[in-house]
Amino acid sequence: MIRVVLPYHLKNLARVDGEVELDVPGPITIGSVLEVLEAEYPVLRGTIRDHGTLRRRPFIRFFACREDLSLEPAGKPLPEAVVNGTEPLLIVGAMAGG
Amino acid sequence: MSHVRVLVGTKKGAFILTADGKRQDWNITGPHFAGWEMYHLKGSPADPNRVYASQTSGWFGQVIQRSDDGGQTWNTPDGSVPPTPGEPAQGESNKFVYEGEVGKHLWYDGTPHPWEFKRIWHIEPSLTDPDTAYAGAEDAALFKTTDGGKTWKELPGLRQAKSRLWQPGAGGMAAHTILLDPRNDQRIYVAISAGGCFRTEDGGATWKPITRGLRSLYELPDPEAEVGHCVHRIALHPSRPDVLFMQKHWDIMRSDNAGEQWSEVSGDLPSDFGFPIDVHAHEPETLYVVPITSDSLHYPPEGKLRVYRSRTGGNEWEPLTRGLPQQNCYVNVLRDAMAVDSLEECGIYFGTTGGQVYCSADGGNSWDAIVRDLPAVYSVEVQTLK
Repeated sequence: MIRVVLPYHLKNLARVDGEVELDVPGPITIGSVLEVLEAEYPVLRGTIRDHGTLRRRPFIRFFACREDLSLEPAGKPLPEAVVNGTEPLLIVGAMAGG
Repeated sequence: MSHVRVLVGTKKGAFILTADGKRQDWNITGPHFAGWEMYHLKGSPADPNRVYASQTSGWFGQVIQRSDDGGQTWNTPDGSVPPTPGEPAQGESNKFVYEGEVGKHLWYDGTPHPWEFKRIWHIEPSLTDPDTAYAGAEDAALFKTTDGGKTWKELPGLRQAKSRLWQPGAGGMAAHTILLDPRNDQRIYVAISAGGCFRTEDGGATWKPITRGLRSLYELPDPEAEVGHCVHRIALHPSRPDVLFMQKHWDIMRSDNAGEQWSEVSGDLPSDFGFPIDVHAHEPETLYVVPITSDSLHYPPEGKLRVYRSRTGGNEWEPLTRGLPQQNCYVNVLRDAMAVDSLEECGIYFGTTGGQVYCSADGGNSWDAIVRDLPAVYSVEVQTLK
């Protein structure tokens, strides 16, 4: 199972506590994880990546294994620790303000 | 006994204030959608339990919420969580996509700039069908749902009304006012910040600017400009939908012919800059505005929060001050933050950027704060319930 941690406001929107666990088939990438996440929680469509273009929203970041993967291609495989469930994929609301 | 439900959108969530017809003892719930910018909530006139809400965030974008029990519980109209067995949940209720070629409007530097959807400022439910509603967007456009908010489709004709000349002001370029004509379901008025005022006679297929008589010399040097006027808010009384009242960036205006011609009725106001304007529920010539010092000083003149009332359809105005702070008050009242109920003694409501929501249960003669310390109030709507 792939573990995903949502930011506070998206947890509320999706009505989940703690981590989300997803059964993601095939290559485990940010794109494939988001596909399954949005299928399970359709309310999240458009909140992490835009409708249509599927581009990451500007103030959303993707972290895993202490790395910022936000600028990586959506089809790039995620680290093995995420694939085997040791580490979660963190979806983060970027810092803003001062 | 009749009672009222006040729907308040704020910078950090929504609040619902309820009271009986006396409007003295209030019950307050919220924050609903805590931490989110709630631009607007409005109930369906055809089904008061049906309430639409625009929930938005710079991080997470636009979400539409719907309640079918008067705001006690909420759901995204097409994003049931988790998906209900047997029902498709496609997450389309927050999808606002401009129709056809996106097109371009003027950017701040005078160059063409493509439309970019940012948020929904205002939702106007149909007068007759709870599943139909209109949504005004930034960048300016009008969307419509006919399935209770599950899907939204643009009415692209609005953006064919000389939109290449629309140019955002400092507050963005938003379709913020949508007025439905109760006598003619094909007629709709829309007002757009720094875009102007527009009318359709065919249900939204085609639109024309209705700005003759507006003068915006500090914003638009061309006195004949059809578009680009910074209209802050328009209002009508349902018994006389051809008579429109406008709070423009500067100037209070009225039209007696559905916007074909406007004339200024600012009269003796201390300032004719401001944002909201509304009409008494039972007196079509009684108007309310909240003068703000200027476009550079977004607070009341002299630090005195005064609602001004005209009982003559404009020109002659009286300050309403009883119960409102008359010193050291430097809040603003935003365009969607005033509303009236339709009880026998008409109630007037407004919210401030300082988080107060005021109510007058006697047509404006005296005021009480229902609540004082909410986040900045973006919008106030009232439902009068039997």
